[in-house]
Formats: sequence, C-alpha cells, structure tokens
Amino acid sequence: MADLPLLLLLLWALAAPALAADPRSMLRELEAQARAANPAFKGFSAERGAAFYRSERPGGDGKPVACASCHTPDPKAVGRTRANKDIQPLAPGANRERFTDPAKVDKWFRRNCNDVLGRACSVEEKGDFLAYLISVK
Amino acid sequence: MKQSLRVMVLVVAVGATGGLLASGGDESRGRLPAVTHAQWQAECSACHLAYHPGLLPERSWHRIMAGLDQHFGENASLDAATAADIDRFLAANAADRSDHRRSRRIAGSIAPGAAPLRISDTPWFVREHREIAAATWRRPKIGSPANCAACHQGADQGDFSERRIRIPK
Repeated sequence: MADLPLLLLLLWALAAPALAADPRSMLRELEAQARAANPAFKGFSAERGAAFYRSERPGGDGKPVACASCHTPDPKAVGRTRANKDIQPLAPGANRERFTDPAKVDKWFRRNCNDVLGRACSVEEKGDFLAYLISVK
Repeated sequence: MKQSLRVMVLVVAVGATGGLLASGGDESRGRLPAVTHAQWQAECSACHLAYHPGLLPERSWHRIMAGLDQHFGENASLDAATAADIDRFLAANAADRSDHRRSRRIAGSIAPGAAPLRISDTPWFVREHREIAAATWRRPKIGSPANCAACHQGADQGDFSERRIRIPK
C-alpha cells in the first residue's frame, strides 16, 4: 500500500509525454516562444494562417507552390504528394493524429518550410498556421 | 487392380502439381523477399511507396540516402542516425546483394559505372514498361512511374507479377 504514491507517480510519468502533445498545447508552446522572443507579441491569427496556407511562392522548378498545392485548398481534405500518394488531412478536426507528435511536427515544418518558402518558418508563421488549422471545422 | 493403379497415379500426379504450384508458382517466384524495417517503412512511405531495396543496387541507395535534402526536388532530410540506419538496411538488401531473379536482372541491366537514382531509369524497368504509352503514365490515377501501386496490386509486398497488374483507366 505504501507503494501506491510511487505507482501513481510512475503512471503519471508514463502518461505525461503522451498528454503533453495535442494541437492546443503545441499552440501554447509556440505562443510562449513568440512572447519570449518578442515582448510586443500580440497573439496568433487564424486569418493570417489561412492566407499563409494558400499563398503561392515560386517553387524550385519554377512552378508556384503553396501548402495548399499538396494539402489541397481545404485542410480537411485528403491531399496528394508529388509521387501521387494520399496525404491524410492536415486539420486536427479531420485527423486526430495531427499535431500530437512534436518530433513529427518539427520534421515536417523543417522540410516543407524549406520546400515552399526556401527558408525556415518563423515562430509567428508556425503559430498562425496552427491557429488556422485548429479553427477549421 | 489396373484401375486402382491408374487412380493412384492420377492422385499422386495431381498432388505433385499442386505442391509445385504452391512452392514455385507465379506468386512466390515473382515476389521479392519480404523485408521489414520500421524506419524505412515509416519514413519512406510518407510520400511514396516504400520501394523494395531489391529494386536498386547498393551504390544507388547510397547516392539517394546521401542526397535526401534534395530528393527529386523535395527536402526529405532525416536526422543522421535514422538516415544511416535506413541506408544500412537498403544496402544489405540491395539488388546486387540479392539472389532473387528479378533483383539480379535489375542489377545486371545497369552499367557497372552507373548508379541510377530512379528505379524507372534502370534499363530493366524501361524494357519491362516499353508497352506503356506516355499518356498512360499521365492518367490522374497513375501520375508518374513513381506510383508503382497504381497498377501493381501487390507492389507494397514486393509482388510485381504479371497477373497482379491492373492499369487504371
């Protein structure tokens, strides 16, 4: 019986990493980063995120490219990779697995920001983008 | 007596043919050996079919894995440890390290000094797909030669046998 608190602590420790990662907690994490970098930070905007998602930039092969090129203009829809494979919806409202694994989120921001923007995304861009995806119902 | 002998011969012959089909039929002969590697499967299949390592020689896989930051126009970079692990797996099961008939043909079709980055650039692939018109490759359900599974129903199990081909309209 004396082991019960220890057991609970162990269970908490095991469950904590899984609980820590969901779209809203990731958004709060980005907010904290944005605020730390810029004391005048006014908060993320789903509207700016929507514009960011759709705005086209010149791609590597000369063709315009946007997030929406592969993920489709509707983040709730199934997209398609350049190799013609399905991409499951990006909006957490349509795909519960999205924004639950920080390593996966980091990996794809790193790759896709480079592909679409030719540089890394700023914290503000990531936050606006995520705020938009969370807002899509 | 004569009659029963005849029946027995027939039974044995049918049984033997069945066993032959089961062990050496189109399916098992055509299929590349089953391979599993969790990271190869997870990372490579995010964008395309996790192409069987037996479809390219070792030198091609090393070139591909060394250039993931510019992977056919896309940034597919991985952390160094994951990339090295997948590279080892691909090399160990590469076409030129396999004794599978199809893999041997692929490896044999490539010039010794060449290390193609695309399976579809190997002379073997070009020869096997010579009947496919350019317009067929461009059909919406196919898109490009990268999309093996569009026509090869067993592509994800390394099965490229003729009888499992269905070309979408």
